[in-house]
Amino acid sequence: MRSQNAAKRLDVAAPTPSPPSQAQPAKLSVAGLTVTFPVDGTHRTVLEAIDFECHEGELVCLLGPSGCGKSTLLNVIGGFLKPTQGQVLIDGAPVTGPDPRRIFVFQERGVFPWLTVEGNIGFGIQHLPAEERRQRVAHYVEMVGLRGFERAYPAELSGGMKQRLEVARALAVGPDMLYLDESFGALDYITRHNLRRELLHLWATERKTILFVTHDIDESVQLANRVVVMAARPGRIQRVVDIDLPYPRDISSARYLRYRDELLEELGLAHQR
Amino acid sequence: MTLAPARQPAVRLALAARSMAGLGVMVLAWDLALYMSGAPLLPRPWHVVLGMAELLTRGVLLKHVAASLFRVTWGFLLAVAVAVPLGFLLGRNQRVGKALAPLIHLLRPISPLAWIPIAILWLGVGDPPAIFIIFLASTPPLALAAMNAARNVPQVYVHAGRNFGLGPRELFLRVLLPASVPELLVGLRLTLGIAWLVVVAAEMIAVNSGLGFLIVDSRNAGNRYDLVVAGMVLIGVTGLLLDRAVVRLARGYLRGRDMVGDAS
Amino acid sequence: MGASRKTLETLLLPALTGGVLLAVWHAAVVLTKTHIFPSPWQVLLGIQELADQGRLVPYVLDSLNRVLTGYLLAVAVGLPGGLVLGLHAPAAHVAAPVIQLLRPISPLAWIPVSIILFGIANTATIFLIFLASLFPITLATMDAVRNVPAIYLRSGQNFGLGRYALLRRIILPAALPHALTGLRLSFGIAWLVVVAAEMIGVDSGLGYLIIDARNAGKRYDLVVAGILLVGGIGLSLDLLMRWLERARALRWAYQRDP
Repeated sequence: MRSQNAAKRLDVAAPTPSPPSQAQPAKLSVAGLTVTFPVDGTHRTVLEAIDFECHEGELVCLLGPSGCGKSTLLNVIGGFLKPTQGQVLIDGAPVTGPDPRRIFVFQERGVFPWLTVEGNIGFGIQHLPAEERRQRVAHYVEMVGLRGFERAYPAELSGGMKQRLEVARALAVGPDMLYLDESFGALDYITRHNLRRELLHLWATERKTILFVTHDIDESVQLANRVVVMAARPGRIQRVVDIDLPYPRDISSARYLRYRDELLEELGLAHQR
Repeated sequence: MTLAPARQPAVRLALAARSMAGLGVMVLAWDLALYMSGAPLLPRPWHVVLGMAELLTRGVLLKHVAASLFRVTWGFLLAVAVAVPLGFLLGRNQRVGKALAPLIHLLRPISPLAWIPIAILWLGVGDPPAIFIIFLASTPPLALAAMNAARNVPQVYVHAGRNFGLGPRELFLRVLLPASVPELLVGLRLTLGIAWLVVVAAEMIAVNSGLGFLIVDSRNAGNRYDLVVAGMVLIGVTGLLLDRAVVRLARGYLRGRDMVGDAS
Repeated sequence: MGASRKTLETLLLPALTGGVLLAVWHAAVVLTKTHIFPSPWQVLLGIQELADQGRLVPYVLDSLNRVLTGYLLAVAVGLPGGLVLGLHAPAAHVAAPVIQLLRPISPLAWIPVSIILFGIANTATIFLIFLASLFPITLATMDAVRNVPAIYLRSGQNFGLGRYALLRRIILPAALPHALTGLRLSFGIAWLVVVAAEMIGVDSGLGYLIIDARNAGKRYDLVVAGILLVGGIGLSLDLLMRWLERARALRWAYQRDP
């Protein structure tokens, strides 16, 4: 009963982001990317010849089974791992390391347990004058619904609150891209739904480019305007599916279900007919 | 933090060289300090090597090492026999825990050597008081480690065991004990380290054999500081080997069981 | 009601155990008709006697003084040392064999050497305490730094922190609780060692009290009094350290997940 309400809220509350134009030059371009790790004396290819582009303001999901290297890909794009071959360009410049203009959101484990909610959100904006910092922290506390918990430590928060806190910490520095690595994966069904709705809301209001790694087909169809489907051994791009559905998305509409079936089939999970 | 890829021989060699470098610098610094200060009594590294050779030819080196190991083994095993069941009782039975834990906390900060007068009064001189002191030193830390290990066994394992109809005895043998082995091994290793520290100290006061006695005796009988330091080196090396042996046993047990243990 | 019964139990049960132990001890002394081993009451009188002679407080203070001096010196060396070893893996590789070799050497085994080095027995005792606490402090700090989860470091880098800022804003706060636990445990070791060292090297302090009471006239009432004092003071010191460990700045580490 409640879960149905929560699912339906997705349709009611999500605002309408304008569809991103694909005519501009690419925000992010990944070209000929290959990553190998040494394993037991040999080299295992984790990612092979990855090519894709992502435009300003897009929300792209990297979808695939576990072990397909989607997290590795996100880590390379984030600058935490060096590729073996190929390169990642953002705004035309190669990525050489992590950068505060592009924040990586881990599962909720990434919040700093020694800082309060305020301390966490203010973490990346220490260089700002105190008054401006205070305002920005207050703004994002409000935006992710953590009012009343400003002085609480993460250990006092629920999983969903910690996840919102981590998103708020990322947004507070005003990044132009967000990388989310299965960020909602450890949460319960209802919380996950609500956070997706909130993410879409943030996407609409803040105009960020978002890369979202997930193995959840529903998540990708609900969120993405494009889904990059990956396959494993070696990790590669199998297909790119444009989800041409208006936001807010009706998750029981026939078109939604067709996209869902299409992705199930791509991953080899469709019903045998 | 880093991945642990298979180590190539060259990498291993470099690591071994680094380890040797540390020891080399220590010996060199020791030698240089004595050379520069010209302290008359303290031995230089070379004298210690000669002293070690002298102990070996006199046939007392192995005798002292064996005497210390003998006492540690018995004291430690007695402590294991008492402290592990006691710790499990403390950990799994709240009432017993509340009643006895404060007592253990009171006993723990008492230096084991402080018991020497009483140990000698009750047990005379020789091996028994030394073993008793090692037993006293090892029991509180081991009991507390076993208590924590027992408390940290996930409740789901206990529920699962009960679900399969295990009685208290079986629950202990088939669920609690195996589930707490990794943490218990850490406690055993730390306690054996303590036992080794204590046996040497006890031997300096209470008995007339063992590595602790070797040190005191070498000083009192003729200021043979080369033998004092040789004794210290022997203590360090034996203690290190003892520790490595426990780590190796623990690793052998934990390997392939997908259990977390701090056997570094 | 359930809660208050629990607290009552927490207080009553240990008191009960203590009472039973004292009774058994007293009965054992009476039944065996020993004249050597004291009864609990005689021990209490022994403590009274020490206080009257003006030895009780100075001995306790001497022991505390030694333990604090040696321990604080070890903290001053071991904390920064452990930090460096935790941050810099090659340095840890070089230092590890030296530490592993020196650590199993009983601090008391250093007595002959330290007396030569320092001449004065009191300084030599402090040196022993310094040595005994140095290794555990260094190793605990090193472990604390190494065990800072990689995810925090990566978050910090992502927000553009440099090396120094990473140290100050991520590594130090994340490692602090674990390091402080190491400091507390090391203090316990220092307390064990000061009593042991005082039994050999010096002529004041609680360790000296115990060995002297036995050697000068088999005063076992004073021996047991000394042992109980050592235990009681050591326990109080441990509780004090635990209380400090839970200071407000570290509240985060001890909160439970809801």
